[in-house]
Amino acid sequence: MEFIYYFGDVFSPLSFMLLLGGTIGGLILGATPGLSPTMAVALLIPFTFQLEATQGLILLGAAYTSTVAGGAVSAILLKIPGAPANIATTLDGHTMAKQGHGAKALQLSFLSSAVGGIFGVLLLIFLTPVLADWALAFGPSHLFWMAILGVTVIGSLDSASVVKGLLSGCIGLWLSTIGFDDIMGAQRFIFHPSLGGGINIIAALIGLFAIPQVLTMFAKGRNSGAAEVIAVQKHSVLDALRELIRRPRALTIGTVTGSVIGLIPGVGGQIAGLVAYDQSKKFSSESEKFGKGHSEGVIAAESANNAMVGPSLVPLLTLSIPGSPTAAVLLGGLLIHGIFPGSDLFDNHPEVAWTFINSMLIGQILMCLFGLYIAGLAARVAQVPQSVMAAVVLALSVFGAYSVQSSMGDVYVMACLGIMMFFFERYGFSAAPLVLGLILGPIAEANFIQGSMIANATDGMTTYFLGGALNKLLITIVLASIAYSAWMELRQRRSQTPADKTEVRT
Amino acid sequence: MKHLLAGASIALMSLTGAAAAEEYPERPVMMVVSYGAGGATDFQARIVTMTAGNEDALGMPIAILNKPGAGGRVGWNWFATQADADGYTLAAYNVPHFIAQSIKGGVEYSTDSFEPIANWGADPAVFVVAADSPFNSMQDVVNYAKENPGKLTFSGAGLFVGHHIAALQIEKAAGVKMAYIPTKGGGAAAMKAVIAGEVLGGVNNLSDAFRAREAGNVKILGVADLERSDFLPDVPTMMEQGLDVDNASVNFRGVMVPKGTPQEVIDKLAATVPEMFKNSRVASKMEAGGSPMLVMNREEVQAMWAKRQETLQALLAGL
Repeated sequence: MEFIYYFGDVFSPLSFMLLLGGTIGGLILGATPGLSPTMAVALLIPFTFQLEATQGLILLGAAYTSTVAGGAVSAILLKIPGAPANIATTLDGHTMAKQGHGAKALQLSFLSSAVGGIFGVLLLIFLTPVLADWALAFGPSHLFWMAILGVTVIGSLDSASVVKGLLSGCIGLWLSTIGFDDIMGAQRFIFHPSLGGGINIIAALIGLFAIPQVLTMFAKGRNSGAAEVIAVQKHSVLDALRELIRRPRALTIGTVTGSVIGLIPGVGGQIAGLVAYDQSKKFSSESEKFGKGHSEGVIAAESANNAMVGPSLVPLLTLSIPGSPTAAVLLGGLLIHGIFPGSDLFDNHPEVAWTFINSMLIGQILMCLFGLYIAGLAARVAQVPQSVMAAVVLALSVFGAYSVQSSMGDVYVMACLGIMMFFFERYGFSAAPLVLGLILGPIAEANFIQGSMIANATDGMTTYFLGGALNKLLITIVLASIAYSAWMELRQRRSQTPADKTEVRT
Repeated sequence: MKHLLAGASIALMSLTGAAAAEEYPERPVMMVVSYGAGGATDFQARIVTMTAGNEDALGMPIAILNKPGAGGRVGWNWFATQADADGYTLAAYNVPHFIAQSIKGGVEYSTDSFEPIANWGADPAVFVVAADSPFNSMQDVVNYAKENPGKLTFSGAGLFVGHHIAALQIEKAAGVKMAYIPTKGGGAAAMKAVIAGEVLGGVNNLSDAFRAREAGNVKILGVADLERSDFLPDVPTMMEQGLDVDNASVNFRGVMVPKGTPQEVIDKLAATVPEMFKNSRVASKMEAGGSPMLVMNREEVQAMWAKRQETLQALLAGL
């Protein structure tokens, strides 16, 4: 309960100003394509040089929380996921925006972000010691199985059929091998200097999601001539709140999945949203609506990616090990003021630690309020004529891909993948499984190599990868996930008569 | 004709080069860091360059650009092949990393591709074990490795980086075979493996190990340097414990420019940058973060690079 004593510090004039500034700035940075939360926080570090430790951290904490949520804005309105965390948001969110429900999608996304985010920070406050053990429990073999679990999701994620989903997942896995191999340093498939660093995930995200859409918009403009005007429906915040309360399942699955997966160092943040999306689809009574502008999809994805924020800081604050790139940047922000995370932080600088954590709690609420305010305004983006929109999205895509590491190479990668995806989509392939393959490939590979090196030096591959309670549990979940997907596919085929191919009830 | 043209253009370039050098720098300067944002190199690079905009330093700010990947190879490859040699693109070097990688091959750079400017820090590698480990000295580690050849697993931040060099030196000095496990994700991931008990020990940065020890998570058994560190006066060096391990694995960090940068620009940088590192604000921030500083000028760095090249060539010849 110690944290309550430090709530006052958050509301001192300067701190609160920083909190407000960090939140608003974070929302804007987060909504800018190509600026991931890690980049946004790194950009703010120089500003904290001049501030006291507590105030500096308030700024960074607020920015971290709101950039993650801000990513939803470009994901929903422009179909450009700002970071891997927002991929799942595009699936239903952008479809909703295209149907004129952009305001609703944004409101739902900010409300569920706040719920997930507050739950995550509360976990950080109350369960930190327990969670720290959990974060440490995941060794190479477990992370390998986690990645495989992610692969099993690929088949059922947003594709016309399981086979096509798996195929695009495989393409993603192959793309992820391009570049220097991270452990051995071997060069693979580097046929152009831009590929030396492998395929940058942010550039790939922008290309795969935004470019096919730009091309489609241009193509439409040429064909019909008549600009398609979407009627943007106003949507009251109260209705959004009611909708959220009516969907407790998606919200719970999103929040819990996000918190649990977000904790795992190195894996969590990137796949939390996608796994939560997939899980709530599997458990939903209306799973056929997913991908067609269903509110549950947005709720699950956004509650998951903000729920991850709090737990992802557990390894940093307790063990002094940054569990994610953003946590590593925050570590820099602490070190610059001579504060070492770990027991030193909570014993000798409790005011820094708790004010920081409290500010993330208040930050979630502020983020939600500002988010709801801009939701109404931002949703009008859909009324912009398609040809103008296509140009804007294209410009933002180029800017986003370039800004990741100031490199034209990433822009070429984005363009090539985007054009490729445009044609793939015409044959019923989808970008989400491809991206998941791209993210999971390196995780599975690096952990398998590392695990097998440890295994060869100790008790052998079988014991290392198949033994132990956690391994067995993960393998069981993997098998269950495969069995479930197979069962669903079979059932779907059986119930599908040639007459009603489009109407499939599950 | 071709020769004439080439000669003329070279003469012209050197002319403009000389003119430009007097005004240098006229615009903000970029510094490439071959590791991700938040890593130790990135963190220190941001601190040591924070006063670059002062009138007594460059008078222009230095912006950090991260090009991470494959233990630094991606960033240095880019720097060696694609960066403009006009003094507006600097890079941070990590020795022995880039030298070891160039000896191992498969990259497009070597010590000849770069011109050192100045060194700002030296972070020795240390041997760490989990707080509850039965090992209490390097002797315990060596004894265990002798009884269980190839079975003592220990982590480090990748292949052909400082940690790996230290690991090779320890194995060679003790005459034992151990299992070095390179991790992906830098020193933090390697440290996590030690604390979580995935491996029996690990080589890590002194600064990170110091913090982990403060947090009560690890024991530090030895420092791979010639002298004990000011941060860890109680931890003996490898030499003191009878292991012939010198400072070849110490992670030297500093600034360099690509070969072909105008001599005037190099001279200007070599004169101002070490002074910039000595700024008192820089020193206090570096100390607060537990990052050991070691400022060396251009000549000293050139000598250090040459010596490392020799040591590493001998060490890596057997691999």
